[in-house]
Amino acid sequence: MPPVVESSLAVKADFPIFARRFGGRELIYLDSGATSQKPQAVIDAQAEHLRSHNANVHRGVYALAQEADSAYDAARRKIAAFVGGQPQTTIFTKNVTEAINLVAYSWGRANIGPGDAVLITQMEHHANLVPWQVLCRERSAELRYLEVDERGELSLEALARELARGDVKLVAFAHVSNVLGTINPVAEMTARIRAAGALSLVDGAQAVPQMPVDLQALGADFYGWTGHKALGPTGIGVLHGREELLERMEPFLTGGDMIASVDLQSVSWNELPYKFEAGTPPIAEAVGLGVAVDYLSALGMEQVRTHERSLTAYMLERLGEVPGLRVVGPPEAERRGGLVSFTVEGIHPHDVAELANRGGVCIRAGHHCAQPLMRCLGVGATARASVGVYNDAADIDALVDALQAGREVFGL
Amino acid sequence: MDDLYRDYILEHYKRPHNFGELDPHDLEGLEHNPLCGDELGVHIRVKDGRIEDLRFHGHGCAISQASASIASEELKGMELDDVGKLDADWMIELLGIPVSATRRKCALLNLKAVRGAVTGDNAWPS
Repeated sequence: MPPVVESSLAVKADFPIFARRFGGRELIYLDSGATSQKPQAVIDAQAEHLRSHNANVHRGVYALAQEADSAYDAARRKIAAFVGGQPQTTIFTKNVTEAINLVAYSWGRANIGPGDAVLITQMEHHANLVPWQVLCRERSAELRYLEVDERGELSLEALARELARGDVKLVAFAHVSNVLGTINPVAEMTARIRAAGALSLVDGAQAVPQMPVDLQALGADFYGWTGHKALGPTGIGVLHGREELLERMEPFLTGGDMIASVDLQSVSWNELPYKFEAGTPPIAEAVGLGVAVDYLSALGMEQVRTHERSLTAYMLERLGEVPGLRVVGPPEAERRGGLVSFTVEGIHPHDVAELANRGGVCIRAGHHCAQPLMRCLGVGATARASVGVYNDAADIDALVDALQAGREVFGL
Repeated sequence: MDDLYRDYILEHYKRPHNFGELDPHDLEGLEHNPLCGDELGVHIRVKDGRIEDLRFHGHGCAISQASASIASEELKGMELDDVGKLDADWMIELLGIPVSATRRKCALLNLKAVRGAVTGDNAWPS
């Protein structure tokens, strides 16, 4: 008997996409690690903003423009509060990739030079790898990697050894790995990094949607995440930064809205957070994300975490029934976010995803934008199933049935 | 019977023809599918303007491995000038299964590598 799933949020009905049928079959969506589905409340809020409150922000004196202003500002306050942040240090970007690039360009190019090192980890998504690689190449600095052990975890001792070398200026790492599922010990890591006089940047893309995140407790100097994985729209990401760092940094993108005044040959910057938000921002998207965090808060992030942990435990248990299936990452659900990457002996991950699709199940296959990690795991690719608040045990059962049927197609 | 995973496709996947390396060789190509990280390399030996022998290596899904295996039999003995004229339709027809838009690159990765090796043109076959 598989273990009983201790918590199911039972909110599928809040997400209209699940009313769709594919070839007469229900949608079984296990790809929330790529992007989440959207609750009706978020879809409605964004549409209502465009329908009734649309104007550009920070420019108009008329009543409609003031409505748009106040909707945008209210969204920022809610989004900041959701993770224990402050509105003036909560910067809207396009996505987490842009949030990390902002730090790499604005802070990195002023503070990293020859002889310095940037430390990242072998489990990073390309979004938290390529910007540092480019920066280090440009500034003749060294890019070093913390190793991932056979359990898919980082070692605090290895971090201490790297920091003791004295040249590390910044450590960038994922809160939750998008391939291994590993939850990294962020607070323990940032404390050591701070004590060594370096800065920390945390990629929270996979963490914010599924567990309580308190920026004060985590202690990162920069923390980025993205709206569309957290039940919100695409086109909006968030960067939280320590105020004194953001104050000292030059802007990333320049143009309208981010200036205090412009002369023919000189310019002064607007105050935080606007200094880092050049041009018309994602207004309706901010409104939508504001409602998404309301929705998550109403569920309760502790409950969301319990739900995802128990579904992950159930998934690990049931996937174990499939012959030849190998899970990568930590074996225990407590040490993982709500995703499981795996390989099936004799079936390439692309074919695994294709075969799952025949059972109506959406999973991802590929290198998950983490090619260096794939090489260190010794695989070209994996299949990945990831859960959201709307999933239930029956979705996992459908995946396992599809995998078993797929093995038969392949004559295994 | 399965539309995509026909018996002969799976047979080529499990026991690919002309799989491996060829040393010495005259021409070589190596291509990646950026979508999935798959890798496919080819070694070609040339005699009198024709492909005398050919091997492919790397890792990929059933569609990419079967494509490379099936194509390898056709390519042996082909004039180099003719290899440059091979297009996507040739490969898809040879494969003999309905290939969706998302799996098209899987099916064409081998031809991309072969054409690159022979003509220097690394573009995706159209």
